[in-house]
Amino acid sequence: MERKADVVVIGAGPAGLAAGVAAADQGASVLILERDERAGGILRQCIHNGFGLHYFGEELTGPEYAARFIEQAEKRGAGMGRSSASFGAAGQSPATIEILSDTMALSLSPERIVTAVNGRDGEITVRAGAVVLAMGCRERTRGALGIAGTRPAGIYTAGAAQRLVNLEGYLPGRELVILGSGDIGLIMARRMTWEGASVKMVCELMPYSSGLNRNIVQCVRDYDIPLYFSTTVTRVHGRERVEGVTIADVDENRRPIPETERFVSCDTLLLSVGLLPENELTRGAGAEIDPVTGGAVVDERRQTSLPGVFACGNALQVHDLVDHVSREAETAGRYAAEFAASKTLLQSSRGADRLNMGKTRVIGSGGTRYVVPQIISESPSETVDLFFRVGEVFKPARLTVTSGGNIIASRRKRVMTPGEMENITIRTDQINGEINVHTQADAQ
Amino acid sequence: MECDVLIIGGGVIGCAIARELTRYNLSIAMAEAKDDVSAGASRANSAIVHAGYDAKPGSAMARLNVLGNDMYQNMCEELSVPFERIGSLVLAFGREEEKELERLLEQGVQNGVKNMELISLRRALELEPQLSREATGALWAPSAGITSPYQLTIALYENARANGLNAYFNAPVTSIAFESGGFSAMAGNNVIRASYIVNAAGIYADDIARLIGDDSFTISPRKGEYILMDHETADIRRVLFRVPSEFGKGVLVAPTVDRNAFVGPTAKDILDKDDTSTTYDGMRELRELGSRVVPSLDFRAQITAFSGLRAISSTGDFILRESGRSNRFIHAAGISSPGLTAAPAIAKEIAALLNERGLPIEPNAKFNPRRAAIERFADMTPQRRAAAIKENPQYGHVICRCETVTEAEIAQAVHRGARTLDGVKRRVRAGMGRCQGGFCAPRVMEIIARETGMPMETITKNGGASRLLIGKTR
Repeated sequence: MERKADVVVIGAGPAGLAAGVAAADQGASVLILERDERAGGILRQCIHNGFGLHYFGEELTGPEYAARFIEQAEKRGAGMGRSSASFGAAGQSPATIEILSDTMALSLSPERIVTAVNGRDGEITVRAGAVVLAMGCRERTRGALGIAGTRPAGIYTAGAAQRLVNLEGYLPGRELVILGSGDIGLIMARRMTWEGASVKMVCELMPYSSGLNRNIVQCVRDYDIPLYFSTTVTRVHGRERVEGVTIADVDENRRPIPETERFVSCDTLLLSVGLLPENELTRGAGAEIDPVTGGAVVDERRQTSLPGVFACGNALQVHDLVDHVSREAETAGRYAAEFAASKTLLQSSRGADRLNMGKTRVIGSGGTRYVVPQIISESPSETVDLFFRVGEVFKPARLTVTSGGNIIASRRKRVMTPGEMENITIRTDQINGEINVHTQADAQ
Repeated sequence: MECDVLIIGGGVIGCAIARELTRYNLSIAMAEAKDDVSAGASRANSAIVHAGYDAKPGSAMARLNVLGNDMYQNMCEELSVPFERIGSLVLAFGREEEKELERLLEQGVQNGVKNMELISLRRALELEPQLSREATGALWAPSAGITSPYQLTIALYENARANGLNAYFNAPVTSIAFESGGFSAMAGNNVIRASYIVNAAGIYADDIARLIGDDSFTISPRKGEYILMDHETADIRRVLFRVPSEFGKGVLVAPTVDRNAFVGPTAKDILDKDDTSTTYDGMRELRELGSRVVPSLDFRAQITAFSGLRAISSTGDFILRESGRSNRFIHAAGISSPGLTAAPAIAKEIAALLNERGLPIEPNAKFNPRRAAIERFADMTPQRRAAAIKENPQYGHVICRCETVTEAEIAQAVHRGARTLDGVKRRVRAGMGRCQGGFCAPRVMEIIARETGMPMETITKNGGASRLLIGKTR
């Protein structure tokens, strides 16, 4: 089947929904491809609250947060999954959103031809005016970590376990050790405790948590679950089902100290050891990837190195709060719609020229691990928000932004941790060469 | 249950023998201790179809390696199993090792390996641009290839079953009694009476031999660890060995037929026949040695690490002979490397041995050598995809995102006998990719449950007590 759409969004999680709604509000016809059976993404399984404080000014559960955007999409015509509305030529169709569920995007070409497949329509080829990549992220696995030992049943990533418990009603285990203090791991510590399971401990390789402080308090400390920093799992035991793990303290180079090894019996090991942006489509299309974020290199519009291909949400960079995802996705969706509309007037090569026009690089130094966007094009707006994370804890921190060597912003922060995404706003009229976001310890 | 031949063991050797024997008008049974075929060394090895220069001239290993290699193309074609004759390079680093290449070449010629040549580094780099420029020369053996050992084992089994094999799973053989004209074996809950027994029990073959009082050999486990990398992390084109050492052929770097690169195996003699755990030392060794051969290997793309156990025989060679206790009890034991390569030749040899010992073999007119693979969505042309989805909409429902495996393929794997996550994984690759089943495992379990009527909570990773869920939530 061949189709057209002004904006094709890949993924109907929080990023894809917000991007789709924003694009439709610019007058674009939007087609959202969702591989799961319904929209909402990871929020569907995040039944705890704490979402939406920034965006909606109130505390919502994950499904409630998602429902607000799904409602917005439905108002713009999104029939969930079974809609068969067709579009005319790009730019001529009424602003509307269609979500195709159970639909897997298979490939993306630099010319913005998306192929996807589902059981209803077969293989679908969509010519997109613009594309928004919103595939989200996946969890790092035991195999990728290279934890030694046996390979029994009972080793789950925290998100996979969360889905089993919250969406499907199954318990993955009774006695758990959780490795990694990422947010999903912390939340699962509490969730499994509520289900009557015994969470023996949370081990964190680093001397600090990569999760939000509120989750450490509300999900672990409040339930007297031990949280051991600078500790890791060195071996898995059990031939058929997990029977226990060996844990050990690590030295300052994060290497296990053999003398500290001890056995902890458990039937389940949950891993919350990092999220990896999903960018197989992005790579396949040839977009430039930032080796630090694992997401595409983008400008302030969230446009990748491929003209008309935008990226947002956890596919672009792993976020801490969904509220930030929504904002970022709206930016991507808005500019994607603009690109799709202007494309009918401009040759696509003009688009490419425009992308390279007035490019300013944005880099991080000192404690700054990365900055998104990595590039500022000729921005039409007066300010640009720079998002970044630090690689270690600073308490307090001094944040300095320079452009062409001149300080254009500086701020002292009481504390900065790797678990929280930071942002700082700069004024575009002050940009005068390469932008550097520098983080360092500040004097007490 | 009564049969002419009982094969003990459902690895690549047992299944190859089973298929070979179904060519004849015989009743054949196979008893496998685990829940599925290919549960032991056949699921975790280097997947190499060796050229045949390694083994000592005159040994069964040397003879059957070269014979087996010749048979692969035809066998894999009949069974729709991937096989690619990509050739192998043995790399030398320095003058001493180059001398070893000359010895290997000579040995290969004696073994009957064709078209080998000693080549310069420049030529080797043309064949494999990724290899280390510190290598000084190489032995090129174009007849070496790669296959999928578990796909092959499953295909051999499916073809044997279609031709009349009776297979028993979860059926470890725990006792064998002599009876007039044969044996009576206890296999799990089954009593199987057989005129002949073939011992293809892999690492446990010596334990099986002892059941009839035969302690003429021992099998000891030698662990080999592997690291598997994600697709396209390093585009390796050939099988890359280093000059062999006293421990096996040493660590190699090669592509799989599914376009993953891998490094392995280590070689460590152990005592425990069930110890397939991985170790930090093993992984460290693989990273070091792998990087020596292919400096561009990026171990951040590691998908998983695993290990398998070679069945090392006390005789130093394959054991393909009757037992001293009974000429109706035939060993196919001690099948370590190049066992996978030799498998089709070993099967022929065992059939001939059985015939010599009085098993009458007349051709089975209904034998069909062909077995169709489960058609893979990922390999289809766009036209074929459209037709397949029209015929079966489940072909349009991608379950495993990483390897693009559809519901239709998974359902077919279940229809063909997969009952576990690993069983599905080895048949159609769902869960084999970079997320290691994080997304698709519950979906695969649902399909197994739906297609078989098994409750979700009873579904296991790989049989036995490897249950994935412990119950429902409150």
